[in-house]
Amino acid sequence: MTPPLLEMRDVTRSFEVSAGLLRRRRTLRAVNGVSLRLEKGEVLGLVGESGCGKSTIAKMLLGLLPPQSGAILLEGRSLAALDRKAVARRIQPVFQDPYSSLNPRKTVGAIIALPLRVHGIGDRRERRARVFAMMDRVGLAPRLHASFPSQLSGGQRQRVAIARALITAPEILICDEPTSALDVSVQSQILNLLQDLRRELGLTYLLISHNLAVVEHMATRVAVMYLGRIVEEAASETLFGRPRHPYTEALLASVLTPEPGLGLPDTGLGAAFPNPLEPPSGCAFHPRCPKAMPLCRGTPPPARSKDGARVECHLCAAAVP
Amino acid sequence: MIGEPILEVEGLDVVIPLLAGTLRPVRDLAFAVARGETFCIVGESGCGKSLTALALMNLLPRRARRSARRLRFAGTDLARLDERRMADLRGDRIAMIFQEPMTALNPAYTIGNQLEEAMLRHRRVSRAEARDRAIFLLEKVGITAASSRLRQYPHQLSGGLRQRVMIAMALMCGPELIIADEPTTALDVTIQAQILHLLAALQREFRMAVILITHDLGIVARVADRVAVMYAGQIVETGAVADIFARPMHPYTQGLLRCIPVPGRTRRGAHLGSIPGLVPSLMGELAGCGFRNRCVYASPPCAAGGIGLVPLSPQRAYRCLLPPRECAANAAAAAAP
Repeated sequence: MTPPLLEMRDVTRSFEVSAGLLRRRRTLRAVNGVSLRLEKGEVLGLVGESGCGKSTIAKMLLGLLPPQSGAILLEGRSLAALDRKAVARRIQPVFQDPYSSLNPRKTVGAIIALPLRVHGIGDRRERRARVFAMMDRVGLAPRLHASFPSQLSGGQRQRVAIARALITAPEILICDEPTSALDVSVQSQILNLLQDLRRELGLTYLLISHNLAVVEHMATRVAVMYLGRIVEEAASETLFGRPRHPYTEALLASVLTPEPGLGLPDTGLGAAFPNPLEPPSGCAFHPRCPKAMPLCRGTPPPARSKDGARVECHLCAAAVP
Repeated sequence: MIGEPILEVEGLDVVIPLLAGTLRPVRDLAFAVARGETFCIVGESGCGKSLTALALMNLLPRRARRSARRLRFAGTDLARLDERRMADLRGDRIAMIFQEPMTALNPAYTIGNQLEEAMLRHRRVSRAEARDRAIFLLEKVGITAASSRLRQYPHQLSGGLRQRVMIAMALMCGPELIIADEPTTALDVTIQAQILHLLAALQREFRMAVILITHDLGIVARVADRVAVMYAGQIVETGAVADIFARPMHPYTQGLLRCIPVPGRTRRGAHLGSIPGLVPSLMGELAGCGFRNRCVYASPPCAAGGIGLVPLSPQRAYRCLLPPRECAANAAAAAAP
């Protein structure tokens, strides 16, 4: 069996955070025993509320942050054992904010060409030709080659970020909220572009987004994260069609689709996301869960896997023998 | 609109003189809001929706100037009110909820201090009475252990709790109109649903009118009674919410609705609609339709003169040269797969 393109095996990462002046530093478990597989050609959506650990996972998969325990494997080989540059050639990021992720003092051409220079690919002329070809592919007019980021619109900047990510022909894009800073009319253009590029270049995406309508539209498989753990994972149709974890249900119920007359959903989730410094005992979701049982308070739910779907919930454990 | 209007706006303009010329981010706006109604202003960044809110509150940046033919709030002419009397209204009968509660709340004062101040400024009440009202409202907005929260500072609360505090603060004096500018944009979807739910319940209970400014068509669909779609400083379409979504008339509204994936309706992975091109410069006068350089139906007459609003009914109008029948046909053609 060929190993998955990119895999996380029981990965943990915590941070020491200061709880205030003169107070003891405390441990925040941002990612707590996460296993994820990214198969070639798929779009894996990663959803969850802010502070659940999505972006920590993105950083670790990019090789920017080492895991404390567990392993991250690129085609079966540990990311830690690979050369940083070699990893960067195969895995590239697209970040949320195209205003802060581009160097304001470099021209568009120089920004897109930088990865080629870093990796020592081609001579000056060849790099220039590749930059123009890539600009054409992502829908940037050639005249923008000498422009600065401040002269571009938000959508154009995100196209520059995508062009820069793709210039070294990576296989995997880690897209962390790629359209959250954009207007809807621009968002749809960037989503269309990402779809086209994936088909043309055979790319694999990890798509992190808080916009569930976008994830449902783009993703082939979805993982739902809560307080550092993946609580449910399934193919997109399954997860959106028949969510099994109560948290997934609540998350989906919160989405306001543009359908007048449906009114506002009442998710039944208690007010606040728990303090990640003091995660609840047992199932971390139990204080907010409308279906919590006494068992949930004391015992962490076991993971159940079936037909490629995975869920961590006592209720589901009872339903599936 | 059903019932007595609490706010009537006609010919509202905002101009900002700059070195390069005069920026006109809000142009000849007209709308009315009834008591108890939710009126949504929707548009993309730079369309003038936030400046409209600030213009109503007379909180525009110093360089910006406001003018209006009519700006009446519950029988009072806001256009003629001096700043001192406007300040009496603000936070009392008209309140505002801002997008980012972290920047809208003062980090140096406690929650209690800021809640009580809103009431002590406008009413002859004792600090104890203001405190009771603050506790009552914090509980109303779903904050537990309200009396101990009063001693906390904004940074000690999560984003969702801070937005609840903002709502409680807006309610301190029992306003008749609340202007909420992207009140849930900084929040998670789960918290967003809760906050909007809460706002709607409080609105019914206290019979307040709400002007909700947002870029999110999902929010508009779920909370609005009536909608105004803004583009390049103008209202390009207005009507009842069901009508706007079922029969969008303006090419821009039609385009916007095609851009968002709708679960169950948009085929997964299929191309979404898009609106190519850029928003026009808002310097000086707009010649012709502001949307024409991005419009698939544009024709030479669109470049000439001002384009007026075409009324379809007392509550429904759109700003386009295309006749209603053609707009409806375009909408139907676009909706077909």
